[in-house]
Amino acid sequence: MEFNRVEITEEAALIVEQLKQQHGEVIFHQSGGCCDGSSPMLLPKEDFYIDDNDILLGEVAGVPFYMSHDQFEYWKHTHLTVALTNGRGASFSLEIPLGKRFIIKSRLLKEEEINFLNK
Amino acid sequence: MNYSKPKFKEKYGNFINGKFEAPDDGEYFDNHSPIDNKLLAKYPRSKESDVKKAIEAANNAKDAWGKTSVGERSAMLMKIADVIEANLNEFAQMETADNGKAIRETVNADVPLAVDHFRYFASVIRAEEGSATELNENTVSLIIREPLGVVAQIIPWNFPLLMLAWKVAPALASGNCVVLKPAEQTPASATFLAEKIADILPPGVFNVIHGFGPEAGKPLASSGRVDKVAFTGETTTGQLIMQYASKNLNPVTMELGGKSPNVFFSSIMDHDDDFLDKCIEGAVLFAFNQGEVCTAPSRLLIQEDIYDAFIEKVIARTEAIKMGDPFDMNTMMGAQASNDQHEKILSYIEIGKEEGAKVLTGGAAMKLEGDLSKGFYIQPTILKGHNKMRVFQEEIFGPVLAVCTFKDEAEAIEIANDTLYGLGAGVWTRDAHQLYQVPRAIKAGRVWVNCYHDYPAHAPFGGYKKSGFGRENHLMMLNHYRQTKNMLISYDKKKLGFF
Repeated sequence: MEFNRVEITEEAALIVEQLKQQHGEVIFHQSGGCCDGSSPMLLPKEDFYIDDNDILLGEVAGVPFYMSHDQFEYWKHTHLTVALTNGRGASFSLEIPLGKRFIIKSRLLKEEEINFLNK
Repeated sequence: MNYSKPKFKEKYGNFINGKFEAPDDGEYFDNHSPIDNKLLAKYPRSKESDVKKAIEAANNAKDAWGKTSVGERSAMLMKIADVIEANLNEFAQMETADNGKAIRETVNADVPLAVDHFRYFASVIRAEEGSATELNENTVSLIIREPLGVVAQIIPWNFPLLMLAWKVAPALASGNCVVLKPAEQTPASATFLAEKIADILPPGVFNVIHGFGPEAGKPLASSGRVDKVAFTGETTTGQLIMQYASKNLNPVTMELGGKSPNVFFSSIMDHDDDFLDKCIEGAVLFAFNQGEVCTAPSRLLIQEDIYDAFIEKVIARTEAIKMGDPFDMNTMMGAQASNDQHEKILSYIEIGKEEGAKVLTGGAAMKLEGDLSKGFYIQPTILKGHNKMRVFQEEIFGPVLAVCTFKDEAEAIEIANDTLYGLGAGVWTRDAHQLYQVPRAIKAGRVWVNCYHDYPAHAPFGGYKKSGFGRENHLMMLNHYRQTKNMLISYDKKKLGFF
């Protein structure tokens, strides 16, 4: 059986599709820190510099989901779901003007998932 | 005095070149109060063309403003401070309506600190001097500080007026023009300030642009016509802004939050006195401003031999936090700033529980009555766990405290430093050696020793590690907004002799 580290809700995926139409290729990058930190940011692919310091956790709605390596060390035992809520978030994330905000729902990875993902 | 939601106009403009202007495309966004989710007013949903106008205005004003004497600039900053002070209650009510925080905090902290900040920078520039050094008998080196020109500032929503003061006061004091973008959750106090000070500053010196990050923040941060970008916010946007600045080879300063440890050693419980009482409050300060503080002491580290006795007192004090109408002076904790923050905080409490953290108190949303039932309230929450849990490692930006124990000094330091961030920390002890050695060993820009959450204008504030770089407050801040001009003068009549 296949497992993944990150998924997306149907509602959030619809907004991602809408924003892809508007902005072209996009990526998710998990933020940390102050204010609107600890939330995923959806950014134009060309805008954000990704390198070996970032880990690709998977793809959701056809969009790669990245997190910085050192942050992943503290997150790697959890499974993430990109969800959507109403709200006026700050940050440069592309959904902000819609009055929507992507947020992360987390749960612990099960043993079989950890075995699969770390093999 | 009775406090209440102040009257807002139906809609506001951007403040550009000394006047309020409607956005070019006529689009506005609704700004709701987190207290009851009701509409406060509409603010411009600015786009690149509006941002360009503000940058243009600032560029047109910068030469004349940069040449004003420090005496003139100081007098204007003093007037700004006086205006804020004269309207203290109105600013406080506006801040509470916009951000959701309790009026006792805006009246006693946010607004008076903003006033003091303008006064500090108005004063300190008059006492400053450059330097002149005779490098040899014929050569003199003069060091003169010059303003950068136009500064872009993007500020957060947790202390809208105070964060404005932290950034705007030193930038203006150093002779720069400013284009400020307040956070879209809290546009009110910056606009109110612009209304009140429109006649104090020359047109174009101080400009306020409202709007969303991707639409207004991005063209501001990436403009080739600004000379510096200062940002407070989260790490991904911080990286993005640094990338834009790298294209323009512009300096930046970054304040990106933290996960600050608050460390309590056994000796605090040696006596049952005022100091112990202060320590208990010091631990409960995680709930200050609903936990929406970059330096929130969100990790509580207690030496294991006093854990049971001390945490019992901390829980009791936390459970005594009065929640309710933020406009009531007795309310100690108000609403979270927005629905998405509210959701995020609750999702963190859930993952904390799933990771095995034990809920010592709180652990859920707070249901209030009447109009407040539509607002965004969270119970002050204490989770017991260990430092590798996500609730110990990520900035929740809510009233959620993660508590763990340590055996000895070495372990306290190890846990305190086991974080990606390094903005604030607290150390509480009666031991004179620990008072000095432990703060020196913690990798953070501000270590409060036997106190917490004090923000005087003349103490430097800023981060180590992923909390950013550059400092705010203190006169050293002036040099984050200035160039160094060196005039190297020869009084020698003789040539070098090479040609």
